[in-house]
Amino acid sequence: MIIPNQSNIQLDAQGRLKHFLTIDGLNQELLTEILDTAESFAGVSERTVKKVPMLRGKIITNLFFETSTRTRTTFELAAKRLSADVLSLNISASSTSKGETLLDTLRNLEAMHCDMFVVRHADSGAAHFIAQHAAPHISVINAGDGRHAHPTQAMLDMFTIRRHKGDFSPLKVAIVGDIQHSRVARSQILALNTLGVAEVRIIGPATLMPVHAETLGVKVFHSLEEGIQDVDVVIMLRLQRERMSGALLPSEHEYYQLYGLTDKRLEGAKPDAIVMHPGPINRGVEMDSQVADGPRSVILQQVSYGIAIRMAVMAMAMQRQGGAQ
Amino acid sequence: MNTPYKSAAQIDDLIHQMIDQLNTLLAERQISNPLMIGIHTGGVWLAERLHHQMQLKEPLGTLDIAFYRDDFTRIGMNPQVRPSHLPVAVDDRHIILVDDVLQTGRTIRAALNEIFDYGRPASIILATLVERSGRELPIEPDVVGICPELAPENHITLTGPDPLGLIIKESKHSPS
Repeated sequence: MIIPNQSNIQLDAQGRLKHFLTIDGLNQELLTEILDTAESFAGVSERTVKKVPMLRGKIITNLFFETSTRTRTTFELAAKRLSADVLSLNISASSTSKGETLLDTLRNLEAMHCDMFVVRHADSGAAHFIAQHAAPHISVINAGDGRHAHPTQAMLDMFTIRRHKGDFSPLKVAIVGDIQHSRVARSQILALNTLGVAEVRIIGPATLMPVHAETLGVKVFHSLEEGIQDVDVVIMLRLQRERMSGALLPSEHEYYQLYGLTDKRLEGAKPDAIVMHPGPINRGVEMDSQVADGPRSVILQQVSYGIAIRMAVMAMAMQRQGGAQ
Repeated sequence: MNTPYKSAAQIDDLIHQMIDQLNTLLAERQISNPLMIGIHTGGVWLAERLHHQMQLKEPLGTLDIAFYRDDFTRIGMNPQVRPSHLPVAVDDRHIILVDDVLQTGRTIRAALNEIFDYGRPASIILATLVERSGRELPIEPDVVGICPELAPENHITLTGPDPLGLIIKESKHSPS
């Protein structure tokens, strides 16, 4: 599937967010606006009534062609906290022509007067495709497409970093693991560079690094010990077990020996460094349980912040709806 | 065009009058230790002064009603939403809600809805610096600084935070 010019399909004529498909093409101002808006929404979760009436009467459909629990649940919760009505559909991707299936599904949902689609799909570009073909009033949020992008995950990670570190500009951030197959890493690298961190490092075995990785604006390391030196933030990626069969990795055990995050290895990072993981964690593969449950781990905060970020993105994308500009 | 309407010193006088009215009302209703809440942005500027001069014990609360506006899908979201901050639980408390200008009543409607999402207050007193014509909802203030006669196309705004000023703008758009 071809990914079209990404810079403008996401924005309306006034430069406001219409779809949220990728970090690519969004400027620092807009990313900061998302973070600021999420900051306001974070407070809603601490109140007696964890709901605001902004999207009352709107229908948001979670269109998950690929299974997910955390992402789907937090999107659902975010929509409900904005008072929208939510449909969650788990449509496992069929082997038939996906374009046709997608369009048919789309037309049916449009006929149900949906206002927003939250799309997760195993194919890169699926969310773009839907955004291009959906009725003009519909907003599309990408909840992960193939190896391409997972922009709300990246933004909730940015939100977590900002909450702990404040300013992005002096930060050194390391992303560890399977960069090659990770849509999360791709979106994180774009977001970190757009927000102006001092340095983004990617750490992993050569077989799990994208070709020409340097062109992404990162420093490449193959040794965890070296790459982790003096970083402020360590982001561990989930090792997708299916990669093992492709002979890209010898074994989980060996991966852990080389790239597993332990308390000892973490000593190389700054004393106040935080440890992040998009989940679900493979304990004893990407990291030791002591690190995952340790004082520097902010992994569960990431989940909570995911709700605020998704509320912000949904509210911002919906604000242009309703006719008169 | 902007025309100055009240200076900082004149607003100070209005604030003193408001404090007198508030103290009388609190005494009448036998309310001690009320909770003051200002509505962003002008209402917070005003509430900060009232709160300080009345020497209220409880910390000042602030509300940003952006998430509760009834025109969200028409005019969109203000990108600069400040988090609402109510440091003390509102349940069973007597609240003084403070805003700069009362016109349509829609802001106050939104603020009341938001307060009730935090809990169930015992009572709410509404104090505004300016009360003007143009009401669209059955909402009236308990304490008012000034009630200017203004044509519908005239828009009155509190400027600040320091010094405070009231200016009148002539606008083609109907204010909300």
